Amino acid sequence: MARVKHEGQWYGLDEGESVLDGLLRRGVAVPHSCRAGACQSCLMRAERGEVPAKAQVGLKETLKARGYFLACACQPDSELEVAGAGADLRVSARIASLERLSDSVLRVRLRPEGRFEYRAGQYVSLLRADGLARSYSLASQPHEDLLELHVRRISGGLMSGWLFDEAGPGEPVVLQGPAGDCFYVPGRPEQPLLLAGTGTGLAPLYGIARDALAQGHTGPIWLFHGAVDASGLYLVDELRALQSQYPQLQYRPCVLKGQERVGVWVGALDALIKEACPRPAGWRALLCGNPDLVLSLRKKLFLAGLSLKEIHADAFLPSTPPPQAGTGVTTSASDTSR
Amino acid sequence: MKGNVAENQSSLYEQIGGEPAMSAAVELFYRKVLSDERISRFFEDVDMERQAAKQKAFLTMVCGGPSAYSGKDMRKGHAHLVKQGLNDTHFNAVAEHLGATLTELGVPTPLVEQVLKIAESARADVLNR
Repeated sequence: MARVKHEGQWYGLDEGESVLDGLLRRGVAVPHSCRAGACQSCLMRAERGEVPAKAQVGLKETLKARGYFLACACQPDSELEVAGAGADLRVSARIASLERLSDSVLRVRLRPEGRFEYRAGQYVSLLRADGLARSYSLASQPHEDLLELHVRRISGGLMSGWLFDEAGPGEPVVLQGPAGDCFYVPGRPEQPLLLAGTGTGLAPLYGIARDALAQGHTGPIWLFHGAVDASGLYLVDELRALQSQYPQLQYRPCVLKGQERVGVWVGALDALIKEACPRPAGWRALLCGNPDLVLSLRKKLFLAGLSLKEIHADAFLPSTPPPQAGTGVTTSASDTSR
Repeated sequence: MKGNVAENQSSLYEQIGGEPAMSAAVELFYRKVLSDERISRFFEDVDMERQAAKQKAFLTMVCGGPSAYSGKDMRKGHAHLVKQGLNDTHFNAVAEHLGATLTELGVPTPLVEQVLKIAESARADVLNR
């Protein structure tokens, strides 16, 4: 008989019963709406067991890769251990090194003290000992010993100020996550990739580009990094070196304003993308950084023919200030400094 | 009358091709809707992915598939748009894209007409009349 484990308890399913119906029948609260595999509000994640293909119809490859499925369309054949969409894990870590990549961007390397599994391009919440929390994208790759974050200095920013001015190697922190579905999924090595980001949106794209290359991606990989002016660009030499090593990589650093100079494009990022990649239908896009730009690019790329399933966007939202000064900690998941 | 429509609906959904047909239709339909200047402003500030899921649920409903949509939902879901000036011309534009999408996917004209008839039956709810 098919059965489902949820939060430590097993639930038997009737013949032909969906995971959603089985859990609801036993009083487990699962968000749901259409029950027809359309609205995706009953999204759950399988931690162990086989998910029938039918339960993943219409989901992005990145969600499938993480075991997500639609509970209303899931009639498992045997045993399945499931969790709600928001399941998370925490692991302790220590700061390994701090290094300036530019005037405003700090490379923070962390050594996790335990297993921390993630995909290149996902993000984590970084928790300071006092509970201060901000999210940052990972620029490293899972096989590397250290995790790498790119932290932009925010005027008055509590976490970025602490990392820039006070924190040192050996400092204990806690990591929570990972989260996000901006990562490379192997399977179509010839499909052109469009990676675009602003500011420290380069961090996940740097990880994703190297991951795709390491996994043998053969199609063109366009990497656009946009900044207001030249001082906002970083890792330029590393990416140029990577480009000369891999002919399929097209690195395009872009600035909104500034003088024309060799190898740096001047203009609005969306216009430059359109000029360089005029017909992106059938491509896969990964977009990170400033939310206005990311969301408008997503719409433009969808209208240009990309499937929504092929567009992965990670908009860096600003952290929300605490309700009153002095309460100290914000619980917001994101930070513009990511 | 209502029960009658519901009976016809389930077979219509299957005739059109069920869930795979809805998956194929949703992006085509949503792209048409978003690029239409007459109506795109109603979609300016929405979360695209959630909206696409709603468009799929809408297509599933008008094609008579399994759906939890009700007239009450339709009224509530569009009330803020009616305040922004949603009227018959916008409804007609969406219906036009719906018909064009299904035709483009090879759905026979009589079935398209049936779908448009079901969509038409939601007009009063959508426009909160």
